[in-house]
Amino acid sequence: MSGHFEALPGGGAAVPLDEVEISILRSLAVQLLELIGPGDVPPKGEDPLAELFREGPSEPPADPALARLFPNAYADEDEESRAASAEFRRYTENDLRTRKREDALAVVRSLDALDPAGDGGAVLKLTPEDARHWLGALNDLRLTIGTRLEVSDEDDNDELYRLPDSDPRKPMVMAYLWLGALQETLVETLM
Amino acid sequence: MEPDVPWVTIVHNDPVNLMSYVTYVFQTYFGYSKDKAHKLMLDVHHKGRAVVSSGTREEMERDVQAMHGYGLWATLSQDRN
Repeated sequence: MSGHFEALPGGGAAVPLDEVEISILRSLAVQLLELIGPGDVPPKGEDPLAELFREGPSEPPADPALARLFPNAYADEDEESRAASAEFRRYTENDLRTRKREDALAVVRSLDALDPAGDGGAVLKLTPEDARHWLGALNDLRLTIGTRLEVSDEDDNDELYRLPDSDPRKPMVMAYLWLGALQETLVETLM
Repeated sequence: MEPDVPWVTIVHNDPVNLMSYVTYVFQTYFGYSKDKAHKLMLDVHHKGRAVVSSGTREEMERDVQAMHGYGLWATLSQDRN
């Protein structure tokens, strides 16, 4: 896992991926889609226009990773702030979920469009628009895995680098660090 | 909540978001210069939080929503300082 994004002339970015990397990225993006939940598709028979005005949830998600992806907008713990956070969530969370789904879906689509060589590897080439979707999805994946690994301060990152191979968290840590390198090099191509 | 007191968007530090990514978001969304975006990112990193924009409550709700879209941990509050 050593491929890095490089800027393409005329915009966009490219990274060489081997068969295993393609498979891991796709699987992570699909898991992210499952975590975020179904999109706003109206149930059969329901007026699609009514769906436009459907309100989102008032309470933060119980899952810590989802709670990190969809945080409260007001930090204070008083009643007024809690009510304001609930109202903000009702009007924004559905849109936010849709955006995050679109980012993860763009990742799946661009991986499925690859035409792997005989060894299963391929060079992934992203348009500037796809690069922005990828940046969002890579960040959401790192937030999710970081929450699962209970990364809560900078020292935890250093500790993760030094985990022994026998640690059960090792595979998830390897993915977390690899996604970090992908995201870091992708950001650089956009700045 | 007091009327005439301006509102601010605050971005909080978190150990997962990359420093380069946070700088990129401040440049891209707010249109801040590279220097200003970098300085704000360092404030978030070292002080734990930074005010990144100010305005009406509606404007700040829009900014917070955008920050959540990028995956940054942001809140809004009234600037009582």
